[in-house]
Amino acid sequence: MGAEIKIIIAAIPILPLLASVITLILGRRFFKEASFVLPVLGILISFFFSLFVLSQVLHGKTFEFDLFAWIVSDSLKVGFGFLIDSLSIMMVCMVLSLSLLIHIYSIGYMEGDPGFYRFFAYISLFTFSMLALVMSNNLLQLYLGWEAVGLCSYLLIGFWYEKKSAADAAKKAFIVNRIGDFGFALGIFLLFSAVGGLYYHQVFDNLPLIQGKTISFLGIKWSLPFLISFLLFMGAMGKSAQVPLHVWLPDAMEGPTPVSALIHAATMVTAGVFMVARLHPLYLISPGALELVALTGTFTCFMAATIAPTQFDIKRVIAYSTLSQLGYMFMACGVGAFAAGMFHLFTHAYFKALLFLAAGSVIHAFHHAPDPNDIRIMGGLRKYMPYTFFTFLIGALALSGFPGFSGFFSKEGILISAYLSPYPWGKLVWLVGVFVAFLTSFYSFRLVFVVFFGEFRGGSIFHGEKPHESPLVMVIPLMLISVGAIFAGYLDIPGFLKSTLAHEPVHPHHGEHFFQNLLALIAGLSGILVAWWVYIKNPELKELFPRKFPGIYRFLYNKWWFDEVYHEVIVKPVLFLSRRLVVGFSDLFVIEGIVNGSARVVGGIAGAFRRVHTGIVNHYAVFTLIGIIIYLLVFFYLK
Amino acid sequence: MFKAHLLSWILWFPLLGIILVWFVPRDKVRLIKWITFLALLFDLVLSCVLLKDFNFAESGFQFVEKANWIELINAKYFLGVDGISVLFVPLSVLVSVLCVLISWDSIKYRVKEFYLCLLFTNIAMVGVFCALDLFLFYVFWEAMLIPLYLIIGIWGGPRRIYATLKFFLYTFFGSIFMFVAILYLFIKTGTFDYLELSRHSFPIEVEKLLFLGFAFAFAVKIPMWPVHTWLPDAHTEAPTAGSVILAGILIKIGAYGLLRFCLPLFPHASLYFSKLILILSVIAIIYGGLACLAQEDLKRLIAYSSVSHMGFVTLGIFSFNPVAIKGAILQMINHGIVTGALFMCVGIIYDRTKTRQISYYGGLASTMPFYAALFMIFTLASIGLPGTNGFVGEFMILLGTFLKCKAIVFFAALGVIIGAAYMLWLYQRVFFQNVSENVKNLPGLKFNEIAAVLPMVFFVFLIGLYPKVVLAFMDTSVKALLLYLK
Repeated sequence: MGAEIKIIIAAIPILPLLASVITLILGRRFFKEASFVLPVLGILISFFFSLFVLSQVLHGKTFEFDLFAWIVSDSLKVGFGFLIDSLSIMMVCMVLSLSLLIHIYSIGYMEGDPGFYRFFAYISLFTFSMLALVMSNNLLQLYLGWEAVGLCSYLLIGFWYEKKSAADAAKKAFIVNRIGDFGFALGIFLLFSAVGGLYYHQVFDNLPLIQGKTISFLGIKWSLPFLISFLLFMGAMGKSAQVPLHVWLPDAMEGPTPVSALIHAATMVTAGVFMVARLHPLYLISPGALELVALTGTFTCFMAATIAPTQFDIKRVIAYSTLSQLGYMFMACGVGAFAAGMFHLFTHAYFKALLFLAAGSVIHAFHHAPDPNDIRIMGGLRKYMPYTFFTFLIGALALSGFPGFSGFFSKEGILISAYLSPYPWGKLVWLVGVFVAFLTSFYSFRLVFVVFFGEFRGGSIFHGEKPHESPLVMVIPLMLISVGAIFAGYLDIPGFLKSTLAHEPVHPHHGEHFFQNLLALIAGLSGILVAWWVYIKNPELKELFPRKFPGIYRFLYNKWWFDEVYHEVIVKPVLFLSRRLVVGFSDLFVIEGIVNGSARVVGGIAGAFRRVHTGIVNHYAVFTLIGIIIYLLVFFYLK
Repeated sequence: MFKAHLLSWILWFPLLGIILVWFVPRDKVRLIKWITFLALLFDLVLSCVLLKDFNFAESGFQFVEKANWIELINAKYFLGVDGISVLFVPLSVLVSVLCVLISWDSIKYRVKEFYLCLLFTNIAMVGVFCALDLFLFYVFWEAMLIPLYLIIGIWGGPRRIYATLKFFLYTFFGSIFMFVAILYLFIKTGTFDYLELSRHSFPIEVEKLLFLGFAFAFAVKIPMWPVHTWLPDAHTEAPTAGSVILAGILIKIGAYGLLRFCLPLFPHASLYFSKLILILSVIAIIYGGLACLAQEDLKRLIAYSSVSHMGFVTLGIFSFNPVAIKGAILQMINHGIVTGALFMCVGIIYDRTKTRQISYYGGLASTMPFYAALFMIFTLASIGLPGTNGFVGEFMILLGTFLKCKAIVFFAALGVIIGAAYMLWLYQRVFFQNVSENVKNLPGLKFNEIAAVLPMVFFVFLIGLYPKVVLAFMDTSVKALLLYLK
């Protein structure tokens, strides 16, 4: 491996970092409206570098090296390093291409915002963190990237921090992720104690050491591979918003829309899936962990898809759809079809980013409205915002798995893999997957029909005027991403990943299993049809469900009451514990009581000496003397 | 000559400052400040020489100086540093230098006495870390109390008398037990010499009592749960410099004492009590964190967070694993940097608003963006975000401890979640949301304030990204330390 290629690989994450730091320090004073220049330039160069590295990987090369040693102490040795293989270069190219386009889109979207420089510094920092995560050759650097993307997410969700809801959402995202990372960290400790290293190659080489072992932890006997995989997966549940740690992602929509597209749809939230795929040899030796992954994914996939159709906030609908699609990816991993999961991750990144950015374009047009995300004030926009409509439609078709669009190929891959999987839960996963495919296209086209068809309902907000199409700087990235959203599915990603994810148990081919494919296709198409029937043909029907099943509707509308339950079961008890028990009772009453009480006793004893001594410190000296004598007596007695 | 007495130079150089300041008329405030600053700055340069000349490969003590002192009781003037203590010498001096900067404009009365106190504190702090004679150690140990007692009592907040008295009595009460233990050691062995003592062994029952005598003094200082209640009051009422010294150095001395005296001198007792201390540490971590969630006062909150963070330190020390012990030493340094910096940051706005109530603030990120960014960096370091120094320490402690006891780490890691919750909540209430009327027109940071805080930012990232600069000092000494516990 030549030094040049090392420099090029190292430069890929470092350039966005440099751009970010410089912009953060100098942006407010000097760059102002030009703050986007450095970040865009940095990511552009990184993108070209990544294409070059990709060409090397396509020639069958892989690269692994350490840049420098990070934490070295006795048996613990970890560095900052890179592992470039088909899996990581796929992620790198995906992250950089989307990041680049979203940077450009943001020039228009964030124009005039007082935090313009801050925004670009943050998303550039995010790009660095995400690259550090996916390019890492060890678990600790992955963890660094993992936490750093979490930080950027925190900063960007809370970007408009004057709003309490935004600040709350940011904090919630960080803390919920911390809960997942608690498990992730324990998993890293356990893995280290079991295999003695944190580099991937050390982990994989030493897997035989842990296979079939058991361990007792917290009084329970666990299978060691299961416990490690489970703890690590807790981190993935937080980052990739799987039940029960999913509650932060819908709230994260408080952030600017480009952030939702880049971080909360395309890249960061897929880090959990990436991690599972990266560590797939570990998961493959623990069927229990795979089952957990599959069922968690399946449940999230289903739950989110039931919530999405009841929401009126355009971004929240798409956010729930993201939850649901992430569920699909975990389903795939859980049935051992890691490449299918990564393929869906890849296509999803493009079409979901597209949906968010197109939604952002709509929100941009409605920014005067009190709640610009509310789809009830939209309607008929295809006439006024044709490009936005067109790109949104492409995104929705891809999400629905419409034949010919990218989502079709990847979703089909997952469903077939589940159907054919050797694991007993595969059929259940498949069945739910097909049903959710129906729900997916239903809620996607609900958005399309409500927002872009029918009559324009925002007249009062626009004072009789009509909304305008967004500027070119936003529309062109939209168009470029729609190209990705259509054609990403034609790339043979599973074939490309074969070199890394070689343990793939099943290799579905297009065209076989005609019946299963047809069923999924029908499910998807009928969702579109039903949406058309309810929202265009017979608009009175949309009130039917809430009227007939008010209980279920409220349950879904309130997101299965997760937030409320957490508030009662976790937040309130912890605050009670902290305010009443720890501070009120224990600290101020018991401990301080003992301390002040004994001080009073001492004062009492010393009172006898008050004629000779004055001042409390002197009283204390007496006590000191007594103490010394008693203590010495004890000592000499013991001797 | 200079090299052979480097430690004495570092230790006593501030004395020159004390003498000079002593003779300056009390109204020449600027001159007093400059003399103090330059004296300490030069001291800092000297301690950098110490780091430069330190030999990593040597596990024993270096820069040793030994002379008879009080012949009657065989007490010696015996100084030396090893890989465990060498880092705390420059850290102490650095903290003192930054304290001068941060106090530059905020100490308005009795300026001369204040800077005399600071110089005096510096001597005592450095002395504690260098002394290898128990008697000398005890003298410095108690000597530290005097200037801090004055700093809190004279320049403190409204409840300063209560706080300072509590601080003094509490720590002094703890110290007596150590003093008795030291006396006992002397009576039995006829020496205060640390190296000689470390070769002695005692019957296990006696060792346990001696351990408790030392450990209790250190536990109060650290402070461990449940003898921590002096800390919130002392921190809250202390002036900024007082809080910074308390958080930065004073409470580290307790943990340092455990490493320096309890482990090598009483290894069997250390092993015997290790379970107990591990449990107390975990209680401190979680209890301190929960207590933070309930605080309405900026300084009290950060004080309680110290209880939690120091729990990690004692956890690491008593897991007797080299990674964890190095993590603990690193965490002591980190905590000094980060919590010291947080107290400086609180001091900066306290000087402007004269209140520490969290609810008084809001929206500071809009009115003081640079300050908000600095505070954010320290918040993240306190939370232990990878890339900052806090992460490396916490990670090493938890990883090392995990190899010894998994369940303990499970509970300790819960503290990490709580840590994120209280710090981010604090940050949100002070910096985010609507701009409070109270903070609309606060003046920006002054030069001395920036100069005091920026070095800390540098160390947060330096140690976070390249901890080797610090860890390299400890390797051989920690290895030697663990030999006692075999």
